[in-house]
Amino acid sequence: MSDLRELYQEVILDHSKHPRNSRALPAANHHADGHNPLCGDRLKLYVQVDNGVISDIGFTGAGCAISTASASMMTEALKGKTVAEAEALFQRFHHMLTGAPDEQPSEDEVESLDKLGAFAGVREFPVRVKCATLAWHTLQAALKDQPAPASTE
Amino acid sequence: MTTTAPIRPSRPTSKPPRFDAAAIRRDFPLLQQKMRGKPLAYLDNAATSQKPQAVIAAIARYYNSLNANIHRGVYELSADATEAYEKARGKAAQFIGASDPREVIFVRGATEAINLVASSWGVVGIKPGDEIIVSALEHHSNIVPWQMLCQWQGAVLKVIPMNDAGELDLDAYAKLLNHRTRMVAVTHISNALGTINDVERIATMAHDAGAKVLIDGAQSVPHLAIDVKVLGCDFFVFSGHKVFGPTGIGALWARAQLLEAMPPYQGGGDMIASVTFEKTTYNVIPAKFEAGTPHIAGAIALASAFDYVNNIGFDAIAAQERDLLEYATGQLSSVPGLKLLGTAAHKAAVISFNLDGVHPHDVGTILDGEGVAVRTGHHCCQPVMDRLNVPATVRASFAFYNTREDIDRLVAALGRVKEVFG
Ligand SMILES: Cc1ncc(COP(=O)(O)O)c(C=O)c1O
Repeated sequence: MSDLRELYQEVILDHSKHPRNSRALPAANHHADGHNPLCGDRLKLYVQVDNGVISDIGFTGAGCAISTASASMMTEALKGKTVAEAEALFQRFHHMLTGAPDEQPSEDEVESLDKLGAFAGVREFPVRVKCATLAWHTLQAALKDQPAPASTE
Repeated sequence: MTTTAPIRPSRPTSKPPRFDAAAIRRDFPLLQQKMRGKPLAYLDNAATSQKPQAVIAAIARYYNSLNANIHRGVYELSADATEAYEKARGKAAQFIGASDPREVIFVRGATEAINLVASSWGVVGIKPGDEIIVSALEHHSNIVPWQMLCQWQGAVLKVIPMNDAGELDLDAYAKLLNHRTRMVAVTHISNALGTINDVERIATMAHDAGAKVLIDGAQSVPHLAIDVKVLGCDFFVFSGHKVFGPTGIGALWARAQLLEAMPPYQGGGDMIASVTFEKTTYNVIPAKFEAGTPHIAGAIALASAFDYVNNIGFDAIAAQERDLLEYATGQLSSVPGLKLLGTAAHKAAVISFNLDGVHPHDVGTILDGEGVAVRTGHHCCQPVMDRLNVPATVRASFAFYNTREDIDRLVAALGRVKEVFG
């Protein structure tokens, strides 16, 4: 049960029940679809980039608590960041989730992710890593204007 | 061979046979294992079943003392391996009520069997404009091969619809049948919802329209005594791993006459009578459809699984599974916010459900934390999910070695879901 509390932290439950930035931005200059075939989660991400800065971002779609919370918290974290900063954040986020099992993420590492550090518990549930990273993979597809839907497979 | 499963009466008696679940469970080494530090409640039998010691021992025995390639060596070991393999074919035939072992083709499983029929029978049996009927309940493996065949041959796929309970609409089916219908391919039992289809009636109606019938027995072979003659189908397929046998082995049954008229599926060794660069003649059935070295150990161990199941008997299995289904349905119905999906009148021990406001994937993770193994997702039945308007379900599927205690653990674990998600 302690592992489960680590996974389903209050902030994650809160964002899954009340997702922020959960809206379509039809005029956004970048968008992409994401799909996690394992659980059937589908996500549509809209990103408005002006002069290299993410000025607005929103998503629609239904998914499990982890993928919904991850999308919500990602959009919160990215608003106002440059595209380069977003990319660096994803690298750190990804490392926190997928680093070798014996090397726990450092305090600094988790701290530097701010609220996103709440996802550290996902490491213990390898089958759920894809849920936590779906929004981020979709973000990469959107920024690269990739036509095919981003997939966690 | 040693099995501790007590011998069961095979005829129905006035009282349901007593079932010694504890003794049966001891035959399955994996059921003794823990998951996440808790005793394992294995409730994913529709995905695959666990294996009794007798089956595991049969595999070891084959590789320890019988391993040789079949149908080729003149030496004793090869002859013995061939004999054991062919004996397994005989047992497979018997298990599904087929009188002629030549009518049983060993394949990897239900998926390969359906692909074999679609590729072999399909390319001669299907012409442009012909129609193939499947049902709304099918597993992807009984949809996609027919879609591929339709694409190759310019044929049309039709679908028998189902009602909200997950029962096929046979009136609508009657209207789909016509002189262009060539094949009706339906599942005996739905893996996603547990519905038991009236395949005998479906087959009769198809034959009246002049069509062939394939029954996907992947989910029925572990739970019902099968007699292909009674079912009245032309093709019957199943997977060994769902009936307590190894992965990588399964069978296609078809009438000899049909098999003889069909072109080979794959080319290679064993399926030929003679080969020259100018002309190759094919072997007789069943060898014609078994190109290359088959899963010899798998077939032999599958026969051990049949022995094991026969020893318990389908009367005892049915009684135990009916009890589990009734008990689980009752217990789960009392869980607040739980909605059962698939409420057919005629059902196998498979229960799909969703919890209000919690995604099935999250339910699955929390149950896993409690040592309860269920499947969550679309169960390779996306059209069923679309029809019920859900992205996925949680599915508990039972075998005779499950107990009421497993169900109590499932229900308690669902309480944990409530604790976490409030
Ligand atoms: C109804 C049904 N048909 C076919 C299959 C495919 O079986 P296999 O993957 O063993 O080929 C399954 C397995 O889940 C099934 O449940």
